Amino acid sequence: MVADVIDTLADIAPGSPLDKARTRRTVARQQAQASYLSLFKPSSPGGVSALERHAVAAYVAGLHGQPQAEAFYGAGLSGAGGTVALKAAIAMAVAAGRTEGPYGAFPKGPLSVEDKAGPVYRVAAGLRAALGPRLVAAFEHTHMLVFHPRDAAAPSLQALLDAGWSTTDVVTLSQLVAFLAFQIRVVSGLRVLATKV
Amino acid sequence: MTDKTIPQSGHAVPTVFTRDMLDWLPWLEPMAADQMGERHLASLVDAARVKSDYFRLLARDPDVLEARTRTDKDIFYNPDAGLPRAERELAAAATSRLNGCIYCASVHARFAATYSKRVPEVERLLAEGTGADLDARWNAIVAASVALTSTPVAFGPQHVDALRGQGLDDEAIVDVINAASFFNWANRLMLSLGEPTPAA
Repeated sequence: MVADVIDTLADIAPGSPLDKARTRRTVARQQAQASYLSLFKPSSPGGVSALERHAVAAYVAGLHGQPQAEAFYGAGLSGAGGTVALKAAIAMAVAAGRTEGPYGAFPKGPLSVEDKAGPVYRVAAGLRAALGPRLVAAFEHTHMLVFHPRDAAAPSLQALLDAGWSTTDVVTLSQLVAFLAFQIRVVSGLRVLATKV
Repeated sequence: MTDKTIPQSGHAVPTVFTRDMLDWLPWLEPMAADQMGERHLASLVDAARVKSDYFRLLARDPDVLEARTRTDKDIFYNPDAGLPRAERELAAAATSRLNGCIYCASVHARFAATYSKRVPEVERLLAEGTGADLDARWNAIVAASVALTSTPVAFGPQHVDALRGQGLDDEAIVDVINAASFFNWANRLMLSLGEPTPAA
């Protein structure tokens, strides 16, 4: 039995007001946890290794700058066999990639006045060896998903496929990043609410 | 062998936010319906979703699809306490508007308009964006959704105060947090795995 990750990261104690409020959405709470387990403790890893899953998670948590998630997924990465060199490379990728979202372009037309410029992240040459080609492609895609998802286009997916991710692997990777965007926001929101109950 | 994306060309692209029905074209190959096993079919939760390219694509990883879908349904459809359905949909539409998911915004703006019967306000949100002046309560819900959608997350005590000031209790505020956060999940899948086109 793995403790509920959102409750853990948000410091929600049994019997507290937020525990009771979350109990009103018991299925959502259980299924958010089931989502976490399906991504990080899958019944079969498929084409995406535990190390890759945790490396991407550590990167996503770092880009969000949410301290509890960073610590949690950093520990997860160590547990999955992440080396000191890999962790250092991820920390540098986080430092280079941090910015503010959402930004990006709309399809050309009336919404173009709302286009918001921002960086397109590319992994620095010095980090490529430590990450390896699959994680390099994954981190570049992940940065876009985190900060400027409306810039996504078929070529971003082709870059993943060319780096050795299968179509099914890309679905798993996309779910993992998108799920963390959800989980980290719930944790952040509940932590704020906890200061006000 | 390296997989390939699906080239989509020649289709019309929506260039404004709309409540009109849209279709969605995948950039990656969905599973073929006749090749889906029991686990893949069960992961759809609603059997009718076998007709959807989006869900047959996500069914490639059935465990996370099923958990995602059940999370979604409880956050939005559970009628017990909390925020009225219309305002959970408002949070979803506002999040989608800010992230730029024209497809997601179309679906949830329709739901928000249907359940609230406040078409002009929903239309203003779509036309003007998340800065549109709706009314004090809807402005507070939209502002909270915007703060939750920002990266890094910008949601703070002032947002809780504003929501409380509009009569939201803790359970309703948890619904705002869940709804806006969930659409940061949904928007990223819809935006990055395919693109919208006007319904045929």
